[in-house]
Amino acid sequence: MSEKIVLKYADVPEQKNIGTYMKNGGYKALPRALSEYKPDEIIQLVDKSGLRGRGGAGFPTGKKWGFIPKTSPKPKYLVCNADEGEPGTFKDRAIIEGDPHLLIEGMAISSYAIGAHKAYIYIRGEFAMGADILVSAINQAREAGFLGKNVLGSGLDIDIDVFRGAGAYICGEETALLDSLEGRRGMPRLKPPFPVVVGLYASPTMINNVETLANIPRIIDNGAEWFAGIGTPHSTGTKIFCISGDVNKPGVYETPMGISFKELLKMADGIKDGKKLKAFFPGGSSTPILTDAHLNIEMDFESLKKAGSMLGSGAVIVLNEDRCMVKTAARLVKFYRDESCGKCSPCREGTDWLAKVYKRIMDNKGRDGDIDLLLSISHDIYGTTFCPLGDAATMPVVSSIKYFRKEYEEHINGKCNHTDN
Amino acid sequence: MENSINTLLEKDFQGILKRYNTPRSAILPMLQFVQKKYGYISKENVETVADVLGLSSTEIGSVLSFYGMFNTSPSAQYMIYVCSNVSCGLHGAEKIITFLENRLNIKEGQITVDGKFALRTVECLGACGGAPVVQINNTYYENMTNEKMEKIISEMEKQ
Repeated sequence: MSEKIVLKYADVPEQKNIGTYMKNGGYKALPRALSEYKPDEIIQLVDKSGLRGRGGAGFPTGKKWGFIPKTSPKPKYLVCNADEGEPGTFKDRAIIEGDPHLLIEGMAISSYAIGAHKAYIYIRGEFAMGADILVSAINQAREAGFLGKNVLGSGLDIDIDVFRGAGAYICGEETALLDSLEGRRGMPRLKPPFPVVVGLYASPTMINNVETLANIPRIIDNGAEWFAGIGTPHSTGTKIFCISGDVNKPGVYETPMGISFKELLKMADGIKDGKKLKAFFPGGSSTPILTDAHLNIEMDFESLKKAGSMLGSGAVIVLNEDRCMVKTAARLVKFYRDESCGKCSPCREGTDWLAKVYKRIMDNKGRDGDIDLLLSISHDIYGTTFCPLGDAATMPVVSSIKYFRKEYEEHINGKCNHTDN
Repeated sequence: MENSINTLLEKDFQGILKRYNTPRSAILPMLQFVQKKYGYISKENVETVADVLGLSSTEIGSVLSFYGMFNTSPSAQYMIYVCSNVSCGLHGAEKIITFLENRLNIKEGQITVDGKFALRTVECLGACGGAPVVQINNTYYENMTNEKMEKIISEMEKQ
């Protein structure tokens, strides 16, 4: 079950050099794409592969590409979202630092498919090493003729620039990212219009996650049927899971979609110190918590949705039996409160109210009715905000109360029985 | 002095400006350039950015204040950022913070008297597989322990 697609060569030393990348089969997909396929045919191929966005939303990539207007008086842009900041997530960094040319080749092919001549990689500011690696890989690709003017004699210009963020979680939201790229405070835009029509510089813009784009060369190399044959019927291909928390071997694990959580936990060598599983976030801190009752759940878009959670970014955070769920939720609420951009009131005020209630609970000053208050504030935030950050803040709150209400009551009654997180 | 610095900066800025469709898009790259060069972004340099881009310094300041990575006052030689989000918290980030506070004799958010070290907690650094994670200037240090931290700090004290 260790079929790797994206991270296949990421551990190879010097894979970030173009020579090694090409020795391992790199830059074969781009010439094929340019010579054997029309742009539309690539979109159809990606659609047929069933590839869905790996950033969190899981929207079918081929369908999304199809929304880019065929003719436009304005230039079209491709933007790679490398603002990896969802707590628990560290997969894009593995791709960027391990196999940057795979991303670059994927971006060149994707630019061709949607008709973009200029692409940006928006990378979080803290990834200084990743940004340097990307810049030198782009320069190598340009020198070799895979980027720049008249790519491989095709007559097409395709180029990529690296744009560094400066420390704002919200810029991972695609319209906030665009505002940041335009040199503004990174605040989400009202949708519609969607970025595919009015995006960067008010031009049609395709925004895709690093992992999504890194799958593209493999689909060209091996075909849509091959890709669709991996994983489950509605969640095709592999997923890079980031496992952190109370496991023996935290790290990135790429497996076909649909692997059971139990298997995944086994890959990470089980729970640390021989303890029992208590709960886990299946896809990052913005996805509802699941418990030991979900040990056999299949890790794919549809199974996790059915269980009331989400695949998200594939960031699995594991908590053992001794962990305090109230403290975990309180910590995340503080995170969302601090990262709220403040543009819309349900998120700005709501996350602050949640944080205040959690603070008094953690200070042993919780009141009767505080649990219902947390639920009521969450209810009023959910679905009423500009962007998903507000919704995300309610996820750890509502799900931890759903499964661990007793722990909240214990806290309010002044007796938490759990060791420090 | 300030003039000669600004003339130098303006030259670098013209190079940055060429890369973008609109002057505005050069704001973050220019601020990053200034911070890399001087360790922080002074009011004077905010004005230089504004002048080169033809925007008001209030606008530049507004953008600047939105992003957590910019310093507007002189920073320490070693900026220590400790991730305190969930995955690092489960692996003892709080203990690392306490250790550093005692070792450096400052509180989180402060800077040592000699300007050598500053200590801050930050949100998820995207390296949870190596929790707890500490970032010092531009470098990530993973799987941190008090012992490893002590070694790094005493090495840096000699610099």
